[in-house]
Amino acid sequence: MSSGIFTEWFLPGVWITIQVTLYSAALAAVVAFGVGIARTHRLWIVRFVAGTYFEIFRGTSALVFMLWMAFAFPLMFGWQFVPMAAGVLALGLTYGAYGSEIVRGALQAVTAAQREAGIALSFTRGQRLRRIELPQAWPEMIPPFNNLLIELLKGTALVSVISVADMTFAGNLSRLATSESAPAYTLLLVCYFVIAFALTRGMRALERKAKAGLGQTPKKGPLSGLLSRKLNPEGEMSQARAGTAGGQG
Amino acid sequence: MSSDFTPSQKDAAQPESRAAGSELIRFDNVTKRFGDNVVLDDLEFSVSAGKHVTLIGPSGSGKTTILRLLMTLLTPDEGTITVDGDYLTHEERGGKLVPAGEKHVREVRKKIGMVFQQFNLFPNMKVLRNITEAPVHVLGLSKDEAEQRARELLELVGLTEHIDKYPLQLSGGQQQRVAIARALAMRPQVLLLDEVTSALDPELVAGVLDVLRDIAHSTDITMLCVTHEMGFARDISDDVLMFNEGKVIESGPPEKMFNDPEHERTREFLSAIL
Repeated sequence: MSSGIFTEWFLPGVWITIQVTLYSAALAAVVAFGVGIARTHRLWIVRFVAGTYFEIFRGTSALVFMLWMAFAFPLMFGWQFVPMAAGVLALGLTYGAYGSEIVRGALQAVTAAQREAGIALSFTRGQRLRRIELPQAWPEMIPPFNNLLIELLKGTALVSVISVADMTFAGNLSRLATSESAPAYTLLLVCYFVIAFALTRGMRALERKAKAGLGQTPKKGPLSGLLSRKLNPEGEMSQARAGTAGGQG
Repeated sequence: MSSDFTPSQKDAAQPESRAAGSELIRFDNVTKRFGDNVVLDDLEFSVSAGKHVTLIGPSGSGKTTILRLLMTLLTPDEGTITVDGDYLTHEERGGKLVPAGEKHVREVRKKIGMVFQQFNLFPNMKVLRNITEAPVHVLGLSKDEAEQRARELLELVGLTEHIDKYPLQLSGGQQQRVAIARALAMRPQVLLLDEVTSALDPELVAGVLDVLRDIAHSTDITMLCVTHEMGFARDISDDVLMFNEGKVIESGPPEKMFNDPEHERTREFLSAIL
């Protein structure tokens, strides 16, 4: 890749890719929690509306939706998004729909016993959700969210077709301008991998922190201790039992 | 654990209850079915304030269902339940009895606390917050008041040194004692105990029962207890109710029920488990 394209297009493109990933992930997270919680609501109409959203966005192509946002929407409504906004909206709404399935599943995996304990203490439904169910479901959501985030990162390459100058756009430009396809695309693959790897490490740290918040000892990993707190380093159960015996004396 | 408390500890478990002796809980013609299975059959019984009542009977006879109905985890198919003069699952609107709204149910059930077989502590909260969460966010106590109450109760159940641990870092017996403190922190008038030692290793049972004995003897809280620990039932109960097929077939003070039961089915049941 010639140095002009590299510094003028590729390096800014990396930053654009990271930006699109972060903005879409933020939007997807909001949609995932909103729709996911709505899909466990006690009123059928709320579940129905949220379920319809999920089915529609799961069943349509993110690429086609992005093209629709960029090219059909302006024709229909006489108003257009800047290309990056169209890309972020399409990715965020689509991946948010997938994410809602993760939120719903994790909430439903919180045991009935926890719900009953919340009822027995007269918490309202909202309080139970916020103080009991979501905090317990959260650690279970992180590994599938990590998968989805990686999918989203790779999905951001789609924005290059609506002329957002991300790093894939720069790679294509390099092929067209200099016919150096091999180094350009190889570099792209490596870049996506490096960003994905960094995201995975971050999510692992988040997961360990979340598990520690449930009193579970985090698993050891290369970066363990980065964000996680160390809990009860000695054999916790034997210690606890010794405590019980003492307490009953 | 010794049974003589300082006054403040005694106060911690003291419910704001009525004069002892008045009727606190009443089941009127309560029927509960699961599909075709009639679990409670036109049940009629009442419990006076301050009494400790143990429900015994074979499994499937409806004992736990009674506790779950009182905690509003289930609703009766027929009949009404009143607690301290208020309908539990119904409310009066325009002179008619209609199924209660969420708000009414929440108010009435503040008078009732429950300890579960599997403890059901919140794993995402440390011991202290497990106990203070509901007093702060449901009863509206200040954080300081709630923590003060929690510390007194933890002393009562002998777990002061574990205040800063997560439930998963405690043994089953310790978790159950925290669960007892958590229920008492709401100052309920009625404490429901649903086979609270059944999930514990045998060596941990005594500690939990000791705590409950202390509470039973040192407070005037009303207790409804489902248990297979007959020694414990004999110690704390004012009345024992024998259930069979969704009905109370015999009731009386523990001495009579355990030594000289009248009903054939009670004799059979007791000889099978004692």
